[in-house]
Amino acid sequence: MNRLDVRNLKTYFFLDRGILKAVDGVSFTVGDQETIGIIGESGCGKSITAQSLLQLIVPPGEIVKGRALLRCKDGSTVDILGLKPNSNAMRTICGNEISIVFQEPMTSFSPVHTIGFQISEMFTLHTSLKPAEIRERVLELLQRVGISNPAQRFDEYPHQLSGGMRQRAMIAMALSCKPQIVIADEPTTALDVTIQAQILELMKELQQEADMSAVYITHNMAVIAENVDRVYVMYLGRVVESTTTQRLFENPLHPYTQKLLRSIPRPGRRVDRLEIIEGSVPNAIDPPVQCGFFSRCPAAMPGKCNQAVPELIEIEEGHFVRCFLYSDHTEPEDEWTRI
Amino acid sequence: MSGRESEPDNDQRILDVHGLTKYFDITKGFLRRVVGHVRAVDDVNLYLNAGETLAIVGESGSGKTTLGRMIVRAIDPTRGAVLLRTDSAEWTDVSKLQGEELRAARRHFHMIFQDPYSSLDPRMTVLDIVKEPLTYNKIAGGSEAQERVVATLKLVGLSDQQMGHYPHAFSGGQRQRIGIARSLVCKPKLIVCDEAVSALDVSVQAQILNLLKDLQAQFGLSYLFIAHDIAVVEFIAHRVSVMYVGKMVELAKTNELFSQPRHPYTEALLSAVPIPEPNRTRSRIILRGEVANPANPPSGCYFHPRCLYATEQCRNETPEWREISPEHFVACHHADNLTLKGMV
Repeated sequence: MNRLDVRNLKTYFFLDRGILKAVDGVSFTVGDQETIGIIGESGCGKSITAQSLLQLIVPPGEIVKGRALLRCKDGSTVDILGLKPNSNAMRTICGNEISIVFQEPMTSFSPVHTIGFQISEMFTLHTSLKPAEIRERVLELLQRVGISNPAQRFDEYPHQLSGGMRQRAMIAMALSCKPQIVIADEPTTALDVTIQAQILELMKELQQEADMSAVYITHNMAVIAENVDRVYVMYLGRVVESTTTQRLFENPLHPYTQKLLRSIPRPGRRVDRLEIIEGSVPNAIDPPVQCGFFSRCPAAMPGKCNQAVPELIEIEEGHFVRCFLYSDHTEPEDEWTRI
Repeated sequence: MSGRESEPDNDQRILDVHGLTKYFDITKGFLRRVVGHVRAVDDVNLYLNAGETLAIVGESGSGKTTLGRMIVRAIDPTRGAVLLRTDSAEWTDVSKLQGEELRAARRHFHMIFQDPYSSLDPRMTVLDIVKEPLTYNKIAGGSEAQERVVATLKLVGLSDQQMGHYPHAFSGGQRQRIGIARSLVCKPKLIVCDEAVSALDVSVQAQILNLLKDLQAQFGLSYLFIAHDIAVVEFIAHRVSVMYVGKMVELAKTNELFSQPRHPYTEALLSAVPIPEPNRTRSRIILRGEVANPANPPSGCYFHPRCLYATEQCRNETPEWREISPEHFVACHHADNLTLKGMV
């Protein structure tokens, strides 16, 4: 059984100009100790997917549909999306069972509280440890994520730390209660490449130590290739392809994935020209009922691809793709499809 | 012309930078006493040929942007010379020009910025944005200017129908094209691209990189390409230089630098780059600690606290910038004795 099972998640933003379908029917699973990746360009809905799981969506955004079944540490299963955002039940899950590492460590810490206070808060909320014990645990954690001189850093404010240190502190906070799932939303995008290598290595170690599963959300193909077991490729609010990392890079099926993989420069493989994808990602406000990639697809079939949304179909074992080139199934419509 | 100095012999050269240095003052108190210096760029030497791309890579805070900004004279250097060949035989030291002479020289170099959202004035139409350099440099006005704008927009893949639109109507990739058109309209010799593609999505990034290459082939432009993405640099650059805490540590032809780095920092930097191929596994050098503070750099070689090969000499003596093999420059005491791993 999967540790996390997200089914048909839809998060819309109700704007004056129309409905922005940021996440439009995303399903994915995360197994025990598995690391999955969600990849996509900006505006494809990957961060909103992550925020939806922790119910961090605020108006005009709304999770209109979907379930997210999480197996907790005690073996019970809860539907996170069925809980009220500010309820006690939700609060016991956030940080304890599922936690998130944000992209920008500067803006995701409170600037007016010390690092130590903010990490201690996790233990105060989720454990019954005494303050002295908590301090000890936090110092241990800071040491573990490679922050030198933790006793001094404990009482410092986020602005006194460098970017790499802040991201380490962020990871310490997210992993403090050994959650079942940790979501890393562009964990290294703001960091330099040598620091990125340190942080990714650290995440891997800690994940193994504490038996955690992870969801990496990124636009960086290389980070995906080196760190995750399975990949979900998102485009315009939907998953267009999913399979193991190995197979995705060897045999991508969806035209978008194929083009995307060919458009990235690869270190050590010099070429004269890069392949490009014409145009840019379309706007997701009131999108037409058609394949999202239709306007940029080299293999688009007018009369077919712009008439309905293809369904995500398992083509080979464990390899799913959403494209009319491989199957004629169309996605079943629901009450949210044509509004 | 003022500021003329000894002329480099190679007639392919269009830019020659000598000992370029920028110290920013650290001030304290009400009287703003100077209590120290941030050594943003420290004694950098480089040259650039016509039609060539020289990339500058390095981590944040290594001084790449400051170097680029000094070369286009957006900031004044503390010392050093920026020699630019403005006409076929004429060399001008851009760093020493003032007033009208500087203004006249500005048509020869331009900059493309990182963020396509904040680098275009939201209150100006595309026509005004791209035309501005022409009127500022007194190159063309009126209908002639407009014609040149139309022609330049066409070059970068925008249509003249979009000329009356404001920047908000364009996507990130299109905005970057506007920025490129603006830098191209005066037909400069040198364009400094400061992280010109790093804010763009991968699929759009490829479009812009191809465009930059095409324009270079067409007009013989020289690019100083500031970037932190090693893969992008490998694609676009003929030569690459690596900066660390304000100093240049290595400079060589792209292939050579990537296959046979001679500086331990370059080796570590290359090994840290993730590769988008799950089957290619490499041993990775994980550097300890963080980048040194340029306001209070370590003694000797700035890289020695993180270097795997550091010796007593590295702690005490500053390594010299030397040519270790033809066109391969490095600043490391032990470059001759180390066998370092490259990318492939």
